[in-house]
Amino acid sequence: MKYLCLVYDDEKNLDAMSESEFDGLVGECLAVDEELRKSGHVTASEALQPVHTATTVRVRNSKVSVTDGPFAETKEQLGGFFLIDARDLNEAIQVASRIPSARLGSIEVRPVWELRQQAPRARRG
Amino acid sequence: MSDDAAERVRERVEAVYRSDSRRVLATLIRLLGDFDLAEEALHDAFAAAVEQWPRDGVPANPWAWLVSAGRFKAIDRLRRRARFDASRAELAERLDADTSDAAGWDGEGVEDDRLRLIFTCCHPALPPDAQLALTLREVCGLTTEEIARAFLTAPPTVAQRIVRAKTKIRDARIPYEMPSRADLPDRLDTVLHVVYLVFNEGYSASSGASLTRPDLSGEAIRLGRLLIEWLPEPEAMGLLALMLLHESRRVARTSPAGELVLLDDQDRSLWSRDQIAEGTALVERALSSRRFGPYTLQAAIAAVHAEAPTAAATDWAQIVGLYDVLTRTDPSPVVELNRAAAVAMRDGPAAGLALIDAILARGDLGAYHLAHSARADLCRRLGRTAEARVSYQRALSLTRQEPERRFLVRRLSELRD
Repeated sequence: MKYLCLVYDDEKNLDAMSESEFDGLVGECLAVDEELRKSGHVTASEALQPVHTATTVRVRNSKVSVTDGPFAETKEQLGGFFLIDARDLNEAIQVASRIPSARLGSIEVRPVWELRQQAPRARRG
Repeated sequence: MSDDAAERVRERVEAVYRSDSRRVLATLIRLLGDFDLAEEALHDAFAAAVEQWPRDGVPANPWAWLVSAGRFKAIDRLRRRARFDASRAELAERLDADTSDAAGWDGEGVEDDRLRLIFTCCHPALPPDAQLALTLREVCGLTTEEIARAFLTAPPTVAQRIVRAKTKIRDARIPYEMPSRADLPDRLDTVLHVVYLVFNEGYSASSGASLTRPDLSGEAIRLGRLLIEWLPEPEAMGLLALMLLHESRRVARTSPAGELVLLDDQDRSLWSRDQIAEGTALVERALSSRRFGPYTLQAAIAAVHAEAPTAAATDWAQIVGLYDVLTRTDPSPVVELNRAAAVAMRDGPAAGLALIDAILARGDLGAYHLAHSARADLCRRLGRTAEARVSYQRALSLTRQEPERRFLVRRLSELRD
């Protein structure tokens, strides 16, 4: 089963890090990513540019509206993601707990809704 | 079959329902992989028993018969639904093919099913109120209405919590299994906490006409026994001991007229010696493991009370000592309040009152009726009547339970200026 692990960090804390601390964190993230790819858990993963680069797009009455900033202002910001394959939620939690940001921020684990594989009539439960 | 014999079989079916329906459900959930499907299958299996047992006789192993019947009924249901949903047909075929695998529902895996069910209902990915509701519904077999009444919630709210929890178990794929060895301590804590909440509500109802709800404390003790039977961890023993030792006083805690009787005034000959003996033995086992925690410590305190022939002869020094350990390992304002009450018994009311006033001055427990009634009681014993009156009135305004209200009103009327 696929789960998306959304990585949330408080960017203020990341900004407050010294260069060597930050490099250490990035190195650790890359190492964990490498391990999780080798173990067959991770199928896709990316880090995101800071939230001040975000743009939010909406279409209302066929009109595209573009605004600066993220969809929601929160204390912790979405900083990256891991798309993983896990047997069940327990394994997904175990994988998520290895992501360094689990220590600093938090990881939201969301089961992937396999829309394409469902009958067209299917509705959310 | 005569009417008499048919009646006896009907009674037998009801008895099997009471004793075995949760075990059957626990195994059906594992076999079918779905809570709702398993509940329907359980219902179908008992409906079949009511129809067939009077005709064919009660099977030698009713439990195995019911699991088997439930499983076939579920496959039937899936096949009927398969006309509308192809994924159902697949599931039905897979389940049917599994029949050959008798090991799946025969043998040692089966008793674990009840633990699997408890651990799944208390999975930390479910919100705490849903863990509680789901455990009472699925593991204890209480109805939604009974759960709602016990926890002062509207039945639709409870029903919605249960539906959402089951949806999350299915959609996020919370596995139906025991936690791994590494996860066990944390996961067991969650389970013990849920059992403790069920017991607490039974021991001292948060609202309503009666002081206790023996149905809930009885369920909690049953769960506690089940846990230590298969998972003899020290804290699980400690919790069961705590529940047995508190439950041993249930009859003595209310007068025949339904009035609250405090520990000091209880008729100790009414305490259940069997429960005290069982609880005390469990405390000793848990303490000797040296891996005990707060439940065992609270049980040890309850055991000291249980051993005392009279209130005056209670070993208060030992109780204060145990509270000291508890304050270090599991600090909370309620533990401090109980410690203050024990200090008042050891060193006199003034010493206890100073501690309670310090807790209240910190802003803790201001809305907790027992903090104010404990304060009132110490003021009364010190002859500080005006202060006692204010605290009893404060306690009265905070309690929602009838016997406690009547007790406080009585105490107020007994105060002399």
